[in-house]
Amino acid sequence: MKDTIIVEIPRYSPERDAEPHFQRFEVPVYKEWVVLDALNYIKDKLDGSLTYRWSCRMGICGSCGMMVNGEPKLSCATFLSTYARNGAAVRVEPLRYFPVIRDLVTELSDFLAKLKRVKPWLLREDEPSLAQGEFLQTPEQLEEYKQFSMCINCTLCYAACPVVGLDPVFVGPAAIALAQRYNKDSRDEGAEERLAILEHPEGIWGCTFVGECTRVCPKHVDPAGAIQQYKLTAALDWVKSFVMPLGRKNKDVDHAGKAA
Amino acid sequence: MPEKPLSKAPIYTEFHPRWYRPHVSVYWWLGQRQYLKFILREISSVFVAWFVVLMLLQLRALRSGPDAYSRFSHWLQNPLVIAINIVSLFFVIFHAITWFNLAPRAMAVRVRGKQLPEIMISAPNYAMWVVVSAGVAWLVLR
Amino acid sequence: MMKLSSEPFLWTLFSAGGVVAALLVPVHLLLFGVAFPLGLLHAPSYEHLMALVGLWPVRIYLFLLCSLPLFHWAHRFRYTLYDGLRVKHLNEVIFALCYGGAVVGTLLAGYLLWSL
Repeated sequence: MKDTIIVEIPRYSPERDAEPHFQRFEVPVYKEWVVLDALNYIKDKLDGSLTYRWSCRMGICGSCGMMVNGEPKLSCATFLSTYARNGAAVRVEPLRYFPVIRDLVTELSDFLAKLKRVKPWLLREDEPSLAQGEFLQTPEQLEEYKQFSMCINCTLCYAACPVVGLDPVFVGPAAIALAQRYNKDSRDEGAEERLAILEHPEGIWGCTFVGECTRVCPKHVDPAGAIQQYKLTAALDWVKSFVMPLGRKNKDVDHAGKAA
Repeated sequence: MPEKPLSKAPIYTEFHPRWYRPHVSVYWWLGQRQYLKFILREISSVFVAWFVVLMLLQLRALRSGPDAYSRFSHWLQNPLVIAINIVSLFFVIFHAITWFNLAPRAMAVRVRGKQLPEIMISAPNYAMWVVVSAGVAWLVLR
Repeated sequence: MMKLSSEPFLWTLFSAGGVVAALLVPVHLLLFGVAFPLGLLHAPSYEHLMALVGLWPVRIYLFLLCSLPLFHWAHRFRYTLYDGLRVKHLNEVIFALCYGGAVVGTLLAGYLLWSL
């Protein structure tokens, strides 16, 4: 007789319910199963109306973020057997601090708007012509921002950050980490523009360095570190604006085939 | 340029009015051990402020003369005051340890392209803590 | 270009205060708050302390020891009230009480040290 585990999921349908009600499903436990497998089993065999997001099932698309026993996790990267000791139940809930559209699906348009606002793309004064060739970057220059570029926008960090929950206008860990990813990119010239956008109590200064975002990040992006570095940069920038009011010169970037 | 808030309210699609929006309780910080540790860390600042109050009282006593200072020293021996100060000491040390452990995260120090491990920034901080404390103690106890 | 936001300045003060609080407050509190009152160590005499405080470098040191940690407290406590108690609507009042308190403490410290 194989092991089973009870999976508790809050069911909520906006047309039908005023608030969620927990439903329990009995799911078999296989050694290699993850929580996503359990959800797929439920949808397949027990209740086809269960609604949740998933895609790549290998921890790269960022779709399947959920609260598993109160912890933000990717359901495709969380083994079911971890929770299957002594007949305990596992509680799977939608990511915290987001509105719930239905069952386990959260509303992300606010996050996407915040992300867009920080301009997470290369900002340059001039666009060099194609004839000048591609930008060159040394391995050291890549190391400056590579860690922050690993973000898969899974929003687990938003579910972990209490400031996001308490102040819905706070831009949030991933958005700031991604802004920093571009600030540190040697090809980018938009650091000042992004600083003007983020230098507000709802931007970097809203962060109180709880550090939960870094702890739950499945890609080890360390958004908390990114934000603290950003604060230090902003503070130094402020000091410089008194000491050297003439502004800083642009970064020089190498192009293949042409001297900088 | 006037300071604008990033946005007045969160932006949600207009077409879904009936979402469930869970309410975040005032006791959110009791829900998780990490949140509680965070709030204790923040509360340590109150005990830091209490130390400054003590310092100001001590300076006032010093300024008022030997009798006033001896009255102040006597007050410091009050069991309630000692209890508060012992608790404060724990919190102030908690502040120091969390500070030295977290401060390196704000600095991405690179040597020859590789990021320095955090211990290399926090260890000198701890060392300086010991040296400075010993220096102060020596000056006072001499 | 001068930034109009006061946050970088306040955060810098908070950081400086945090460093001073972390490095110096434990030993001071240990000595004057616990060890001397409990008799664990021999307390310095009034004369010895007055001699120390008579030196200007010591007065400057004590001024920083009083002032910077207060600004550290002000910044952290302000955010704790916002987050812990969710009283962000009392924004201006909290701001004034916290940083105002730090300023008052700083002025007091300055006055006391100047007139010693």
